[in-house]
Amino acid sequence: MTHDEVATACALRHGRSPTKLLQVLRDVQAALGHLGADAIDAVARALGLPRVRVEATATFYHLLHAESHGVYEILFSDNIIDHMQGKNELLEYMCERMWLAPERVSEDGLVYVGSTSDIGLGDQGPAALVNGAPLPLLDHNRLDLIAGLIRNQKPLSEWPPMLFEVATNIRRGDVLLAEPHAPGSSVARVLEIGPQGMLEDLERASPRGRGGAGFKTAVKWAACRAAPGSARYVICNADEGEPGTFKDRVLLQAHADLVFDGMTVAARVVGAAHGILYLRGEYLFLVDALEAVLQRRRDDGLLGNRILGEPGFDFDIGIELGAGAYICGEESALIESAEGKAGRPRNRPPFPVTCGYLGQPTVVDNVETFACTAKIAVRGGAWFAAIGTPESTGTKLLSVSGDCARPGVYEYPFGVSVRRVLADCGAKRPHAVQVGGPSGTCLSWREFDRRIAFEDVPTAGAFMVFGRERDMFEVARNFTHFFAHESCGFCTPCRVGTSLLSNHMDKLAAGKGSAHDLTQMQRLMHIMLTMSHCGLGHTAAKPVVETMEKFPETYERRLQALDYEPAFDVDGALETARQITGRDDAFAHVDEDRS
Amino acid sequence: MSGHFIIDGRTIPFRAGQTIMEAAADAGVYIPHLCHRPGYTPHGSCKLCTVDVDGRPASACTAKAQEGSIVENDTPALNDDRRALTEMLFVEGNHICPACEKTGDCQLQAVAYHLKLVSYRFDHFYPARGVDASHPDILLDRNRCILCDLCVRASRDVDGKNVFEIGHRGIRSRVIVNAASGRLADTDIDVSDAAVRVCPVGAILIKRRAFAVPIGKRTYDLKSVAEVAIEEVRAQREDEGG
Repeated sequence: MTHDEVATACALRHGRSPTKLLQVLRDVQAALGHLGADAIDAVARALGLPRVRVEATATFYHLLHAESHGVYEILFSDNIIDHMQGKNELLEYMCERMWLAPERVSEDGLVYVGSTSDIGLGDQGPAALVNGAPLPLLDHNRLDLIAGLIRNQKPLSEWPPMLFEVATNIRRGDVLLAEPHAPGSSVARVLEIGPQGMLEDLERASPRGRGGAGFKTAVKWAACRAAPGSARYVICNADEGEPGTFKDRVLLQAHADLVFDGMTVAARVVGAAHGILYLRGEYLFLVDALEAVLQRRRDDGLLGNRILGEPGFDFDIGIELGAGAYICGEESALIESAEGKAGRPRNRPPFPVTCGYLGQPTVVDNVETFACTAKIAVRGGAWFAAIGTPESTGTKLLSVSGDCARPGVYEYPFGVSVRRVLADCGAKRPHAVQVGGPSGTCLSWREFDRRIAFEDVPTAGAFMVFGRERDMFEVARNFTHFFAHESCGFCTPCRVGTSLLSNHMDKLAAGKGSAHDLTQMQRLMHIMLTMSHCGLGHTAAKPVVETMEKFPETYERRLQALDYEPAFDVDGALETARQITGRDDAFAHVDEDRS
Repeated sequence: MSGHFIIDGRTIPFRAGQTIMEAAADAGVYIPHLCHRPGYTPHGSCKLCTVDVDGRPASACTAKAQEGSIVENDTPALNDDRRALTEMLFVEGNHICPACEKTGDCQLQAVAYHLKLVSYRFDHFYPARGVDASHPDILLDRNRCILCDLCVRASRDVDGKNVFEIGHRGIRSRVIVNAASGRLADTDIDVSDAAVRVCPVGAILIKRRAFAVPIGKRTYDLKSVAEVAIEEVRAQREDEGG
């Protein structure tokens, strides 16, 4: 097939709609291996878009690439928890076994090994993706096996299935994970009590968004319902990209009906006919099972026209995939991405509830939030409000990983103490916990009596445990690398600030830091916090701020001088000259002490 | 909803739908900016126009003026932050003011003078960015690009052409052009396009015109960036017949 034929076939699969550009690009890359200039041209023709717009989207997403990544592309998850479990050593081992350099396709065009931001398997790492499929629990044995399979060019379908088995690891369930839920029961209930009745129940239950921002769900739904528009949309934010979080993956693996029930309830309340499950690209492996659930729901009259026989209640859900961009977890960036563009957050106001997907009123809620609303529909607002604390009603799913005996998902009523969670997961000599991921809060051992709740320690769900032997500077450094990699680049403070911060941390790690660097970092933090366009920039410096405050010794012992050290590496600058002349003797180097 | 708000202690009027930037410019108040240009869709990316609105930071180019709000603009603290942002734009690219054809006509340089930027506190990135000299009349030098998106908007909204976009992301963000070869010569850009003239820095230059106006007699040699910005707005109002 020619590039044009491939692009046309992929475009047709998505109704030739320019808003499905990202989905088309994903499919074209899957068919052709990469998105070279010819492929971009073909997609532009198939969708009737300017090629530069296609290229702008294609180059934004980490999982899309213009160069070939070989027949087998292996991407190691790069979160600090994977690092603690030996990620770098395993990546090097794999490269040695396959005779290749990282981030470069092998000479024979067979294999590529690289890194990617956390893939949502923190409880079963170190983990990687091979051609988008998950490889949990990697060790030398498994890598030996994988290397053999690649060398013999076995298609993924012939690899042992156990390599791809992703466990749910539900360690503690409460009302969401442990109580049975009859698919459709929430939908039946909302038909009984009506949209207004449901909104009243939601107000009584008073849940706040589980994705991190904590906005009141009832207020959001009511605003969307009241907003003028020619259509309304319900979007489930399953772009679970916060490093250390994986509870949405588990909800979708084990309780998809609960989530879809919640979305359908929302559709009834706001009057939406279309729903989108925006699933992060790293969760591609969930798609077949989720599509099967959606089809079963259509067959059972829970989706489609006249849901449960109700005239005029038409609603269906489509799955759209991301392609490796943490910023798409921000609701307006997610909407941009779902419209086929680069995921850059919009200027707000207007907010999505009045002007969202395709400019229409849109509810965007987290996976767990929809699960909560499905429960509230069945059990009522008063029941829900009695769980948790007065300000933080209901339960919270925590994705526990790191230095503990039993990593996995734990569901607790809000208000649970950090100490209790640490005891339950079998934490080993815990020294610090990063609650809510890099953009969340770093708690030291002095603060373990604090509580998981919006009024104390709010969280989107990550709970990364660090034992006494862990270096919290390295944790913060990993997080600054993450933010620099994931900054969308739209605004100056975040685009430049995240990279400057990351460079300062690398300079300190190389033993070249001084007190001047700390002052500079503090200055950057202030600018990023007050001037950035969105939450990514506002919080990107938080890991450094908090670890500097709570673990100052890890910074101070890295300082070479108390005032100033140049970032410029004199000896490093001579490297090109050394390569040209083929010299590497003592006289081809600058003495560090003299320079 | 029209009304009044206070900026730096001065009460100024605004018309319904106006942003803080627009209302301020009409009243002759300069708010430093780079990605904003009168008549173009507000972008809000350079963040230089960050002001305090009732104690909260906001981009003046995108935030709507609100009745009775108190806006802080020309304060030492805000100008210090803006200076840092300007420094960030300088260290991010490869800027060569003394040798640049755009010197004296460059808004980045003029804003830097306005904010009294004398040296950099941040380390340079020295990025490897390409120069595209393929077009017979137009030079695209990404070293001097500040990613303000004005050429993207000008080409799309004024010229109706889609020659430019911002590609890639984060610190690797780059202006890309509408050609499979990636070369400006293979696009339908014309030297008379608004996209060519809108560049506030020396990233898009018209060839053979570099020294038509001698150094010393250029825009910002004669007037401050604040004066030029306010005059631009007045000229635009006259064009509109208002």
